[in-house]
Amino acid sequence: MVTALSTDLRSVVASVVDPEIPVLTIDDLGILRSVETEGRRVIVTITPTYSGCPAMRQIEDDIVVALNRHGFEEIEVRVTHNPAWTTDWISEEGQRKLAEFGIAPPTDESQVLCPRCAADRPRMVARFGSTACKALMACSSCGEPFDYFKQY
Amino acid sequence: MSSVPQGMPAVQLEPELRALVSHADDNLVLAQRLGEWISNAPDLEIDIALGNIALDHLGVARALYTRAGEIEGQGRSEDDFAMRRTEREFLNLLLVEQPNGDFAHTVLRQFFFDVYQRLLWEDLSGSDDDAVAGVAARGRKESAYHHEFSSSWVVRLGDGTVESHARAQTAVDSLWRFTAELSDPYPDSWRGEVERVFADAGLIRPDDPYQRSGGREGYHTEHLGFLLAEMQWMDRTYPGMTW
Repeated sequence: MVTALSTDLRSVVASVVDPEIPVLTIDDLGILRSVETEGRRVIVTITPTYSGCPAMRQIEDDIVVALNRHGFEEIEVRVTHNPAWTTDWISEEGQRKLAEFGIAPPTDESQVLCPRCAADRPRMVARFGSTACKALMACSSCGEPFDYFKQY
Repeated sequence: MSSVPQGMPAVQLEPELRALVSHADDNLVLAQRLGEWISNAPDLEIDIALGNIALDHLGVARALYTRAGEIEGQGRSEDDFAMRRTEREFLNLLLVEQPNGDFAHTVLRQFFFDVYQRLLWEDLSGSDDDAVAGVAARGRKESAYHHEFSSSWVVRLGDGTVESHARAQTAVDSLWRFTAELSDPYPDSWRGEVERVFADAGLIRPDDPYQRSGGREGYHTEHLGFLLAEMQWMDRTYPGMTW
């Protein structure tokens, strides 16, 4: 019974999406460490991505809201910094969703492929992109600009 | 020393806590300075880069203040540290509180700090404190990225036009007196990296041995007070406000 409950709980929390890349859930991103209960209290532990990611606070709030909707009222979101998050924790499913969304998934900069036409050797336009996790590149074949999720 | 100004006594903190607050203060103050560039940078790409770098520094500061509050055990939050301390209680390096000046000044200030902070993170990633080790592990990658930006701009400006070279050298000459404070913990590696980039940039290290210090004891240049006044006024005017 307890196991069933925590499986449900985990899936509720795991379905919260990244507000800046809404195709990814926090589970795809690999930042959800654990979901536990202590009596009526739900304790969710997450690992932040980049120090400067402003989405983290929003994600904490969204976790609380998602659990509230399922009738849980006492919620604590804990943040753990160690081990530090890396893009290796993004699931394969997450990588696929990123590419479909038009964002080149994290890989070595020299291996990046255009998410639209799959041509190699895109040009780096700006190493600092629209969010902390992305750089801006442009395809050298189709000419389309695209975001690249920085390997980290 | 008689050269340091008298005034409020230094704030007593346990050494471990003091170190954490010092590092957090460096990152908060530098983030605030970089934030002043938003919408004013030479072009959009640099505007976004400086904003991104500022956010990383702010994130580091928040994580370290939170940890400092836990270690202290008096219930102080990140906002208590950032918004409700006086100038005398801030322990940041003098370098990071220096005004932005022109873009060359900002780039050189960032470069000197990035070289230092990369060495610091290397050190702290072996920390016994789990939270600090985690922040340092993440910080290593971020500082390396910042360092790539700042050092490449040092070279582009130093090895650029007559005008950009002159501005970069002026920035070096005016900021050099604040560098002993940050090269102190790692004199050889800090200086080695700075000289390597200076050689590519055609910039010259000043001969003048005069150095200012005192930031780690809470003795600041006049600029910090103004920065804090702007950063803290809202929280001080409306205590406990949230939005």
